[in-house]
Amino acid sequence: MSLVFAGICSHGPGITGRKDMADPEHVEGLYAAFDRMRRALEASRPDALVVIAAEHFANFFMNNMPAYCVGMAEDYHGPIEDPDWLGIPRTRFPGAPDLSTRIIQSLLNYIDVAYAQEWKFDHGISVPLHFLVPHANLPIVPVNINCQGPPLTPLHRAWAFGEALGRACADVTERVAVVATGGISHWPATPDSGKINEAWDREFLRRWEQNDKEQLLAYTDAETYADAGQGGFEIRTFIALAGATRNRPAKVHYYQPIPIFAVGCTIGMVDLGMVDSGTADSGTLDLPEVN
Amino acid sequence: MSLYGLQKLLYELNRDEDLQARFRTDKETVLRKYTLTAEEYKAVQDEDIGLLYILGVNGQILMHFAAMCGLAWPEYIQALRDALKVHGNVRAGIYATTDGKGAI
Repeated sequence: MSLVFAGICSHGPGITGRKDMADPEHVEGLYAAFDRMRRALEASRPDALVVIAAEHFANFFMNNMPAYCVGMAEDYHGPIEDPDWLGIPRTRFPGAPDLSTRIIQSLLNYIDVAYAQEWKFDHGISVPLHFLVPHANLPIVPVNINCQGPPLTPLHRAWAFGEALGRACADVTERVAVVATGGISHWPATPDSGKINEAWDREFLRRWEQNDKEQLLAYTDAETYADAGQGGFEIRTFIALAGATRNRPAKVHYYQPIPIFAVGCTIGMVDLGMVDSGTADSGTLDLPEVN
Repeated sequence: MSLYGLQKLLYELNRDEDLQARFRTDKETVLRKYTLTAEEYKAVQDEDIGLLYILGVNGQILMHFAAMCGLAWPEYIQALRDALKVHGNVRAGIYATTDGKGAI
């Protein structure tokens, strides 16, 4: 079975934790966009949800930092943050250890991923799941790309990881949904918090909608840091999803800079077309053939 | 290397409620387990969020320690801004300030 759903969304902790400080119209618009994404996700009848996230030192630290890690646990708990601070109660999500194992084994043909049988969710996963899986009843396979502690994985490797993930999901029998969550330009948790480079965001999202690999991989980290802040390094998650849905057009359904949420809030979904039936041609991958 | 130790202390505090409880009752014993400069030691001891920011603590680690210390979001941002005036810009890491003109 190929992917049945693919989308991107924001995860800023302010989205839930500081909603009372934002323009009510912005909150209403963003929450409605999340709800439309939830309904589309549910309509795809997934057996599990892979969340490609960029965590913020909930599990991984500079003592042993994996560039890529995939969860393989029986269940997951989060958020690690104070529930009152984040506006999300502590919640248990079921894992999918058998599915995780098969995905990881497939990924290892192409990418040296780490795996983890313990994993705590921080806002980077808890905020999206709060909206997309409000009853905590869908098995989760968390994925992390290190976007916080340099040296960081190059963008072309994030794309390759995505391609490998797309192939891995095509090889399993379950109906797998994938959501990538990250920020575009933002300077979170600094005195610049709330600064948003809207023009940069819109150009990145244009490239993402077109699944334009060359243009998505054209950014250098120095350029991203200058134009999109340290938060901009999280474009790796959106690029990985583009790699997983190679050659598929996508649409940004919602984009609104919301300064108190510290990011241009984004909801986008990929048009998977015939992929749902498992009959689509996924195109020629750049990955080497593996026997 | 000491910024590494400083961030490791705060990382472990953020995710370990037992360590948080020990920190509250016997701060010195917790602090002694980590390799810290005298300035870093005092900044944590004093819960000086602004100075910890200047010393280079990653904002994603620092904002949770600030919340643990009881700072609301506007107070956290203000502490960073106040520290910039006193100490100048961030000395290490990727969370330096550009123009400081955020949303609050």
